[in-house]
Amino acid sequence: MSNLQVSVYRYNPETDSAPYMQEFQVDTKDRDLMVLDVLHLMKEQDSGLAFRRSCREGVCGSDGMNMNGKNGLACITPLSDVVKSNKLTLRPLPGLPVIRDMVVDMGLFYKQYERIQPYLQNDTPAPAIERLQSPEERDKLDGLYECILCACCSTSCPSFWWNPDKFVGPAGLLQSYRFLADTRDTATRERLTNLEDPFSVFRCRGIMNCVAVCPKGLNPTRAIGKIREMLLADAT
Amino acid sequence: MSNLRSLTFDAIIIGGGGSGLRAALELAKSGKKTAVLSKVFPTRSHTVSAQGGITCAIASSDPDDDWRWHMYDTVKGGDYIADQDAAEYMCSEGPKAVFELEHMGLPFSRFDNGRIYQRPFGGQSKNFGEGGQAARTCAAADRTGHALLHTLYQNNLKNNTTFLNEWYAVDLVKNSNGDVVGCIAMCIETGEVVHVKSKATVLATGGAGRIYASTTNALINTGDGIGMALRAGFPMQDMEMWQFHPTGIYGAGTLVTEGCRGEGGYLINKDGERFMERYAPNAKDLAGRDVVARSMVMEILEGRGCGEKGDHVFLKLDHLGEEVLGKRLPGIVELSKTFAHVDPAKDPIPVVPTCHYMMGGIPTNIHGQAITQDESGNDHIVNGLFACGEAACVSVHGANRLGGNSLLDLVVFGRAAGMFIEGALNEGIEYLDASESDIESAMKRITRWNESEGGESIPQLKAELQDIMQTSFGVFREEKNMREGVKKLADLRNRIGNAHLPDKSNAFNTARVEALELDNLMEVAEATAIAALERNESRGAHSRYDFPDRDDVNWLKHSLYFPATKELKKRDVNFKPKTVDTFEPKVRTY
Repeated sequence: MSNLQVSVYRYNPETDSAPYMQEFQVDTKDRDLMVLDVLHLMKEQDSGLAFRRSCREGVCGSDGMNMNGKNGLACITPLSDVVKSNKLTLRPLPGLPVIRDMVVDMGLFYKQYERIQPYLQNDTPAPAIERLQSPEERDKLDGLYECILCACCSTSCPSFWWNPDKFVGPAGLLQSYRFLADTRDTATRERLTNLEDPFSVFRCRGIMNCVAVCPKGLNPTRAIGKIREMLLADAT
Repeated sequence: MSNLRSLTFDAIIIGGGGSGLRAALELAKSGKKTAVLSKVFPTRSHTVSAQGGITCAIASSDPDDDWRWHMYDTVKGGDYIADQDAAEYMCSEGPKAVFELEHMGLPFSRFDNGRIYQRPFGGQSKNFGEGGQAARTCAAADRTGHALLHTLYQNNLKNNTTFLNEWYAVDLVKNSNGDVVGCIAMCIETGEVVHVKSKATVLATGGAGRIYASTTNALINTGDGIGMALRAGFPMQDMEMWQFHPTGIYGAGTLVTEGCRGEGGYLINKDGERFMERYAPNAKDLAGRDVVARSMVMEILEGRGCGEKGDHVFLKLDHLGEEVLGKRLPGIVELSKTFAHVDPAKDPIPVVPTCHYMMGGIPTNIHGQAITQDESGNDHIVNGLFACGEAACVSVHGANRLGGNSLLDLVVFGRAAGMFIEGALNEGIEYLDASESDIESAMKRITRWNESEGGESIPQLKAELQDIMQTSFGVFREEKNMREGVKKLADLRNRIGNAHLPDKSNAFNTARVEALELDNLMEVAEATAIAALERNESRGAHSRYDFPDRDDVNWLKHSLYFPATKELKKRDVNFKPKTVDTFEPKVRTY
C-alpha cells in the first residue's frame, strides 16, 4: 500500500473562492495506519491542512469525517477498512457549514443537543448519599450514555440534512432517550411535550444511516422508536 | 491604548476538562460573570479518556470503609511527599463530591443493592494497610472519565455557563505588582487575539504527557498552563515526578485501565509467569503503579520480555470470561481489538509502561491559589492566579499517584477553587490594571511566531523533544544520560526560538496552535529535566540507578523549579493534617 493516493477537501475562506480537492501522495511504509496517522503525514507536507483531533483513541469525538463516502472517526479507522484500489478520499462531515478544510461548524448539531435538555432533572430532594438504582435499571442506559457527540450519525442522516433546525437528529434523540430511560429522571412529561411537534422526532424516516456509521456501535434508530412509543402512549 | 479587543470577566477558567468544568459549575451557580475558555469543545478534553474510575471512600462495597484509610493509601502511594493537609481534604470531602456527581446524573455502574459499584485498584488497603485489599474505585463500566466529563458539561449547560470553545490561551497578563490580571487569548476559528481581563484566572489545562514520545495522553496534552505560568516567572513543583502507567498498549500507547487488574487480570512474562508475585508478594499486580512499571522494565531488561524483540509483557484477561469483560471492561475489549488486534477474551494484550500522568505542576494550597516562594524560602500567594486538576500540584499525589485519585482530585479541587473564588469575589477583589507594556510582554510570543520568516519545522522539533525525554527521562534515570538530555534541551530551546510558522492565515489555523503548544512542551520538558537531574534519590516515580534509595534526610521535600534562574530549590511537605495523626514515613512495600 506504499504511496497511498489521498484526495482531500480543501477550503480556506481567506484565500479560496471555492472549495477544491487536493491530491497527496502518502508513503505509509506498507503499514495499516489509521486515517488520522495519514492526516498527520499530510500535515507534515502541508502544515496548512486543518482538521480536529484530540484523544486519538475513539472516545473524544473530534475527528468525525467522511472517508471514501462513509462517516467515521479517523483515529480508529484503519486504512484496510476504507481504502479501495489504493485511493482514499477525505471530506468533512456532510451537511454542516465548512469553516476550513476538514473543520465544520458544529453549531447546529450542538444546538439540537442542547434543545433536548441533556441533563438529569429530578425534582425530589437529593439524599445524603447517592440515589439508588438497580443494576437492571442501570442497564437501560447502556447503548445510550456512551455517545461521544462526534456527529457522524446526524450528518449522515438525510432528514437532518433537510431540516437541521427542526429535526433533533439521531444524536440528540439518542441523548433524549438516555434521560427518558433513566429511573432517576422525573421530567419525562416535560421532555415528551418538547418533542411533540411533527419535526423533532417524527422526521426520522427509519433510513438507519445513523446505525450504520456510529463508531461506538450505538443504535439511535432504536432509541427514536422508543421515544415514539412513549409519545404515542402519552397521547392515548 | 492597545488595539486589542478586551473581554472582562470576574473569573476566567482556562481548560474545559473535569477540574475546569467543576470549578465553572460552582461559579456559574453563584451568578458571577464566568467563562470557560477551552482549546477544544469541552467533551473533547482528556478527562474523557479516564477509564477505571474515581477512588473514594463512599462505603458502598464495604460499609465500614473509612476516608482515613484512603488517605493513608494516598500518602503511602505518594512515597510521603504528598501534603497531608491536602490528602486529608481530598479524601474527607471526596464522598460529598462523588454523591454530587451522581445527583447530577453520572451513570455509575451499580451493585445489586442499588449503590455505586466499586472495584479494587492498585495501592488500596483497609485499616491503614493492615486489613488487606480494598475495593474503593467508583466506576461507570470502564468509561468513568467519559461519563464524568459529559455529566459535568451537561450540568454547566443547565446552569448557563459561558463557554469560549475553541479558544486558545496564549500567555498570562501580569500587572506591575506581579498579580495575574487575565490572559491573552486567540479565537481559533477567526484568529482574533483578545485581552481577557479577569480578577481570577484559573489554570485547569491538564497534563503534558506529549513531552514523551510514548504516552497515553491525548494529542492536546501539551502543558499549556504550565508553559504560561513558567513564562510568567512562577515556579513549578515536583516536575521530575511523571507516572508511567504499567499498561499502555504496546506500539500504540493507548491506555488499558488498571481496572483490568482490579477485576482479576494479571501480567505475565514470556515464560507465562505471573512475575508480580516476586516483586510485590502481597498486593501483586495491584501494587503502586511505579512499583509495577519498574518490575515490568526489570523483566524486559533481564530477558523475560515478550514478542520478537522481547520489549513488552502481556496482560492476561481471558480467564475473566466474556461476561465480565463485556459488563465491566467493554471499552478495553474495543480498544484492544482496534489498537492491538487482540481479542482479550482469547489472547493476552501486549503492554508496556507508558507516560501517563504529571504529579507535579503549579504549587497551590487547597483553595487552588497558586504559591510562590521568596528568597528566604517563605511561601506567598500569587494574587489572581489559581490552578486545579493535573496542572496543579496541591500536592495530593506526591511522588506517585494512585489509580482513581486523579478524577477525585479534579472534582474535589475544582469545586474547592470555585467555592474559594466565589467567596473572594464577594469580599471584593481589586488589582491594578495591566499597562500597555504588560500586555505587550504577554503578546511577545505570538508576535514572534507571526513574524517568523524561516527556520526549522514545528513537527520535526517536537519529535526531537519527545525523543530526548523518552531516552533520558524514562522509568529509570541516571546522571550522565540526564546531563546529556539537559544539554540537548538547551540547544533545542534556541532552535525552537528560531523555528518557522509557514502558515500565517487566520481561519482555524491549527499550525499556529501547534507552534504555541511547542513552546509549552519545551517549558515543561526543561523543568522536568532539571528537576530530575537534581533530585539525587529514588522516590515514587523518580527512580535513579545512581541513587537507588530514598533519602529522607535530604529529600523528604518538594522540589521547586524557578524558570528565571533554572534553579531547583526545596519546599517543605505538609505533615500536619487537621483531624488525624500524621502518617510518618515508613519503608514502602506492597
